[in-house]
Amino acid sequence: MSAFLKSRYFSLEFIMGLGLTLGITFCVLFSSWLFPGAGEIDLTARLIAPFQQPAHPFGTDPLGRDVMARVFAGGWISLQVGFVSVVGSVLIGVAVGLVAGYYRGIWDVVVMRSADIQLALPFILLAITIIAIVGGSLTNTILLLIVSQWVQYARLVRAQVLALREREFVLAAQAMGVKSRNIILQHLLPNLLGPVIVLMTLNVANNILLESSLTFLGLGVDPTIPSWGGMLADGRTYLQTAWWVSVFPGLAILLTVLGLNLLGDWLRDSLDPTGRTER
Amino acid sequence: MKDTHHTSLLSVQGLTVSFGASQVIKDLSFEVPLGKTVAVVGESGSGKSVTSLSIMRLADLNGATYDGGSIVLNPATRPTDLLTLQQDEARQIRGKDVAMIFQEPMTSLNPVYTIGDQIAEILMLHERVSRQDALTEAVRLLSLVRLPDAQGVINRYPHQLSGGMRQRVMIAMAVACRPKLLIADEPTTALDVTIQAQILDILRDLQAELGMSIIFITHDMGVVAEIADQVVVMWKGEKVEEGPVETIFATPRHPYTRSLLSAVPKLGAMTGQDYPLKSPLTVLVDGRPEQVGETRVQDTAQMAAAPLLSVRDLSVRFDLKKTWYGKVTHVCPAVTGASFDIHPGETLSLVGESGSGKSTIARAIMQLNSPSAGDIAFDGKPMSRMSLAERQKLRQEIQYIFQDPFASLDPRKTVGWSIAEPIRTHGLMDNDRNISRRIGELLERVGLPASVATRYPHQFSGGQRQRVCIARALASKPRLIIADEALSALDVSIQAQIINLFMDLQKDDGLAYLFVSHDMAVVEKMSHRVAVLYLGQIVEMGSRRQVFENTAHPYTRRLLSAVPHPDPTHRREPVRLEGEVPSTTRRIGDEPPAAIHREVSPGHMVASN
Repeated sequence: MSAFLKSRYFSLEFIMGLGLTLGITFCVLFSSWLFPGAGEIDLTARLIAPFQQPAHPFGTDPLGRDVMARVFAGGWISLQVGFVSVVGSVLIGVAVGLVAGYYRGIWDVVVMRSADIQLALPFILLAITIIAIVGGSLTNTILLLIVSQWVQYARLVRAQVLALREREFVLAAQAMGVKSRNIILQHLLPNLLGPVIVLMTLNVANNILLESSLTFLGLGVDPTIPSWGGMLADGRTYLQTAWWVSVFPGLAILLTVLGLNLLGDWLRDSLDPTGRTER
Repeated sequence: MKDTHHTSLLSVQGLTVSFGASQVIKDLSFEVPLGKTVAVVGESGSGKSVTSLSIMRLADLNGATYDGGSIVLNPATRPTDLLTLQQDEARQIRGKDVAMIFQEPMTSLNPVYTIGDQIAEILMLHERVSRQDALTEAVRLLSLVRLPDAQGVINRYPHQLSGGMRQRVMIAMAVACRPKLLIADEPTTALDVTIQAQILDILRDLQAELGMSIIFITHDMGVVAEIADQVVVMWKGEKVEEGPVETIFATPRHPYTRSLLSAVPKLGAMTGQDYPLKSPLTVLVDGRPEQVGETRVQDTAQMAAAPLLSVRDLSVRFDLKKTWYGKVTHVCPAVTGASFDIHPGETLSLVGESGSGKSTIARAIMQLNSPSAGDIAFDGKPMSRMSLAERQKLRQEIQYIFQDPFASLDPRKTVGWSIAEPIRTHGLMDNDRNISRRIGELLERVGLPASVATRYPHQFSGGQRQRVCIARALASKPRLIIADEALSALDVSIQAQIINLFMDLQKDDGLAYLFVSHDMAVVEKMSHRVAVLYLGQIVEMGSRRQVFENTAHPYTRRLLSAVPHPDPTHRREPVRLEGEVPSTTRRIGDEPPAAIHREVSPGHMVASN
């Protein structure tokens, strides 16, 4: 126990972050088991305020569906979209950024100019075009988000690599004959993870919301399947009279992002042996 | 006491400063006499910079607390205790009564404003003059610090000036409001010796002209001997000795001062010696001075043997400007026609100012730059005819040590990992237990305990980090080590220890060194042979004795005359070294011709143009 108290895992950031993330993931994964049959339409129980009826602690929506059940069930789509799209764009973006930044030359020019073109296209235009061709589904939504977001990571990583490769420890590694692959993986990658982790945790939330705007436009997943973003969009019209319809999914997004942010900050700090970012 | 108050401008009494729980300055007292220069000397971490920041009241903005004492300005006429002022009152004094110049002139100037605007801003703020008058005054100030073409300089931006010119602009800004006290924090450390000599001359002239007092913070005893009237020696946050500069140098009383002075390499100390000499060092062990090491003639060079490395007509150029279809129009001929040999067990030094191409040669040997002409042969085999595998083998047999030991170690890897990297890269050992035993041996070899292998670079001091870098260089069992300004970032006492370490390693392993440096005194102490570079060409090359005692080229003489002597009784004549190193951008077809060398005595080559 005393070893635990001294270890890097004994920190408010880590315990709170892990608790929030695991708690939410657990509720979402087991929502059908926790709320069997809940979330069905019941027009006799429309817009019940929260904390009024024990059967509906978060109240009900305009179609009489239980908000709590829908929040937990809706997390499944949102978490999938958030995590998979971010992990996918990080993998592509970091790899491209590392290679383009380290080797420079024609590969750098081609990749980064196409990244610029990509950034110049409005997201919605890109979404409409792609979904019109391949059709809307969960997989396609995730792919679309990856396509539109790997660029951020590529640019971030490339800029970091351009600065790092002029540092003397990289020059020292080159001088002693270390292979380029090892320089990239052992020297460059660990030194640029910090900002990537921060951008990742922010992007999870962003992507959960982007999925909802796609769904709202009819370009995302099937609108009958609940998702946090979709519920937020649905509740918008009732904000004056029934705040709970949109506030509870909003809180779910907030807590997820908070948990991930805490974990991300902790990860970044504990990866840095100098402890410079510690407060 | 009363007497000193009449003539002193600033009186520091019992100053105690701490950052959080750690006390960085303990009970420091000294006086700054009117119109005189006080040098505050000590190694990094001794608290000398915090002292100057406390006088400027900038230390508390960075989180320091003043636990006691006073800093009184004008103790005789209008006493003001700087420590009791509010920050906005202190701001009135900063820049007007007390001004400061810093070590790094590039980072102290704002890159988006012209020089004229930046000087005028200070004048308009403190003297409330119009912009037109301020700009006229700026021109006058710039000519005061002897900047040629002051009228043109005020319209230029900081990046368009060289390091020495920027430091002069900083001095002009500092003296703009005729401060009574100028604090100079290592103002010449980042500059070449010839530029350093110019800056010291300018400071001395300005002091005579404006009658200001100077607090000069430095670790360089040569500079102290040259400029100081009074010396305050600091060690671990405390003043250990104080006195007139002649007394400090002639009869140092405190053991720390003695060890500091014994560590300073003196130019000319080796006159009459054929070989470099390893000499004992005075180091402090638990506060008591002790002699470490023995005197040994470093006769390791096997000059009769075939050269280990031979460089023939090496030229390296960097493309600067291209036309839109990629044709090169302007180049920087960084190195032109350099030829030299290094024999086993020999130390060859390349000396010259920044921009002379000495690092470029070193990097070309390391295959970090590719030569545009000429060839480099190792063990008799030219690099141009080597296979990829042979070139990779070269990266094992030649190792490079960089100037900044912190920058050249990966901050995210333990030092053990970094030392093992060359071993793993070249597949010298594959058993992890053997590798970690070897790391331990290497660390002990360079004077560190084997147990530090699991630590990270930031947990070491500068000197220890450079030892780690040396251990890493030794890990692949090289035959040639290139030390690129490997001593310049270190304190003198540490520097002397590392010099002795280099010499011991050379004796035991028969290593050859290519030693790149701008410090003539260190070069004289270490080298078997010396090559002097100017604008990418070797202007003089010969044995150490030939170059230092029968100097033949005017540029070498100029370099030697600029070196400050750590002896206040023999101050250097102000030689008025004017001018900067000329621009090195050349049009294609307008490259400088290769120098023609003649042999003035056996092995002593001098450029004749």
